[in-house]
Amino acid sequence: MHMADALISPAVGGTMLAVSAGLAVYSVKKIKDDMDEKKIPLMGVMGAFVFAAQMINFTIPATGSSGHIGGGMLLSILLGPYAGFLTMASILLIQALFFADGGLLAYGCNVFNMGFWTCFMAYPLIYKWFTRKGLSAKSISWGSIIAVVIALQLGAFSVVLETLASGKTELPFSTFVLLMQPIHLAIGFVEGLITAAIVTYVWKARPEILEKAVLGQALGNISMKKVLTGLVIGVVVVGGALSWFASANPDGLEWSMERTAGTTELEAPDGVHQTFSDLQEKTAFLPDYTFKAPAEAVEQEGAAEEAEGTWPAVDPGTSVSGLLGGTMTLVLAGCIGFVISLSKKKGSNAAV
Amino acid sequence: MKESIHQIRLLDDLARRPIPINRLHPLVKLLTTVIYLTVAVSFGRYEISALLPLVFYPVIIFSLAELPMADMLKRIGWVMPFVLGIGILNPVFDHQTVSLLGLTISRGWLTFLSISIKCILTVAAGIILIATTGIDRLGAAMRMIGFPRIFVLQLLLTYRYISVLGDELARMIRAYSLRAPGQKGIKRDAWGSFAGSLLLRSFDRAQRVYAAMCLRGFAGEYNTGNIAKINSRDLRFLAGWGAFFVIARIYNVPLLLGSLLTGVIK
Repeated sequence: MHMADALISPAVGGTMLAVSAGLAVYSVKKIKDDMDEKKIPLMGVMGAFVFAAQMINFTIPATGSSGHIGGGMLLSILLGPYAGFLTMASILLIQALFFADGGLLAYGCNVFNMGFWTCFMAYPLIYKWFTRKGLSAKSISWGSIIAVVIALQLGAFSVVLETLASGKTELPFSTFVLLMQPIHLAIGFVEGLITAAIVTYVWKARPEILEKAVLGQALGNISMKKVLTGLVIGVVVVGGALSWFASANPDGLEWSMERTAGTTELEAPDGVHQTFSDLQEKTAFLPDYTFKAPAEAVEQEGAAEEAEGTWPAVDPGTSVSGLLGGTMTLVLAGCIGFVISLSKKKGSNAAV
Repeated sequence: MKESIHQIRLLDDLARRPIPINRLHPLVKLLTTVIYLTVAVSFGRYEISALLPLVFYPVIIFSLAELPMADMLKRIGWVMPFVLGIGILNPVFDHQTVSLLGLTISRGWLTFLSISIKCILTVAAGIILIATTGIDRLGAAMRMIGFPRIFVLQLLLTYRYISVLGDELARMIRAYSLRAPGQKGIKRDAWGSFAGSLLLRSFDRAQRVYAAMCLRGFAGEYNTGNIAKINSRDLRFLAGWGAFFVIARIYNVPLLLGSLLTGVIK
C-alpha cells in the first residue's frame, strides 16, 4: 500500500504533501490545546511499538499464511486521532527514509491514505459510534474490525485515484480498483481482528489506558466539517496552483478536479466513477495529452519538443541520436563513478 | 527484525563518518534531494533518454560517499517488486507499437522501462539523503524549514526507541518460540496477549522515559547538537546540482549529445 515516487507525478505528490502538512499542523495545534506534553514521549514510544508490532507475524487460522498490522487504528484508539495521526506520519517517514518503503515525494499520499482515513474518518465516525455506549469486548471488536476494514478500503481507493491521476500507469480504472479493493478487504479484515485482539487485551488488563484516551477527546471535539472544508479548499488551491505551474502536463488539473468531486461525493461510488470516466473522456480531447489519442499526438510533431509528457515524434533519426546519446550518458556516468572510487581507494591506501 | 535493526544501524554508521559529503549542511542535502525527486518524477511516461542524465547524481554521490554498493542495491531491490508489479501491466494495456532502429516494440514496454528507471533513481536519492545525513541532522533541517516542533520531536523519539522495543520484541519472540517449537508466527489465541503485553511494556517504558527526561531537564526540545551555518561550499553544492537538474529537465542532453555525434559522423 505504500506508494513509491516512481508512480506519481509532481503535481499529485505536491498536492498531497500540502494536504498532509495541513492535517499535521491542525493536529499539532489540537495537541497543544488539549494535551499536556507528557504525551509526546508516549507518542514516540508508541510509534516505536507500532514499528515493532509490524514485524510480528500473526498466523492466520486455516490459511497457513501470516499477516501483520499497519497500526493506524490502534494508534487512534490508544492516543486519540491527533496524536495518532502524527505518530503514523512519523512512522511512515522513518519507513520511507530507512527502508525506502514509500517514496519521499509520495510521502504526502502515504500519510493521507494511511493516516487520514483511519484517524480522522474511521476512528471518529465508526469506532466511536460502536463504543458510544461504553466499552465492552463486543463493542471494541466490532468497532475495530469494521473501522479498519473501511479505512483500508478508502485508503486503497485513494491509492488508485492518486496513481491514475499521476498518469504513469496504463491500468484502466476498473481493473485497478478490482485489483486493489478485494486484496485490501482481506488485509483489512485480518488487521481488524488483530487490532481488536490487542485493544481488548489492553482494556482487560489496564482499562484506565483506554478510558483516559476516551475522556481525552470526545467525539464533539472533532469538527469534521472544519476538517473537510479545509481539506477541500486546500486541495483546490494547491492543486490549481501546481497544475498551473505544470501546465504542460495536465495531470494536476485533472487530478484536482476529480479529487474535489471525489471528496464531495464520496458516499456515492457511482458518482465518483461517473465523474472519473467523464474526465477520462475529456482528457482524451486534450491535444497534447496522449491518454487515448496517440494518432493525433503523432501528428503534433512540431509541438512535441516543447510539450513534456507528449509522445515524442517518432522520427528514426531522433531515435538513433537518443539511443546513442543515452548510452554515452550512462557510460560517462559509470566512468566518473569508477574514477572517483578508484582515486578514493588510492587516497586511502596512500594514507595507510 | 534483526535485519531491520541492522539496516538502521548501518545507515547511522554511514552518516556518522567524517567525510566531506556528510559534513555538508543537512538543509542543503534535503533541498537538493527534493529538487532531484521533483525533476525525476516530472518526466513524462515515454521519456527515457532525457531521464538518463539524472543517473549522474546517484553515481557520483555513491562513489564520493563510498556507500557500500551491495547493501544499497539490496535496498533498492526490496522496493522494486511493487513498482514493477504495477509497471509490468503497462505492456498488457498499451499495445501501441513504435519502431526503434527497425525493432518494433510496444509502447507499454517503454513506459515500463521509464517507471523502472525512475524507481531506481528516486530510491537511490532517498538512500543518499539518509546515509549521508543521519536522522538527527535531518530532524534539525526539518526544524529549520518550519516543521512543527512536536512532529520532529516525535519523529526522533520514535526512531530512538525502535531499537529498544525491537530488542524487547526479539526477547518475547524467542521466549514464545521456545514454548511453541516449529510454529510459524503467533497463533490466533495469543494475538491479543502477545502484542498486548508488548504494548503495556511500551507504555510503562514511556512513562519511565518521560520521568527520566524530566529529571535531566527536558523542556520540550530535542537537542540535535550544533550545526554550523550554511557556508559557501554548501551553496555551491546546491547551486551546482540544482542547475544541473534544471538543465537536464529542460534539454534532452543525451539527444543533443547523440545528434552532435551523428552529425560529426555524417
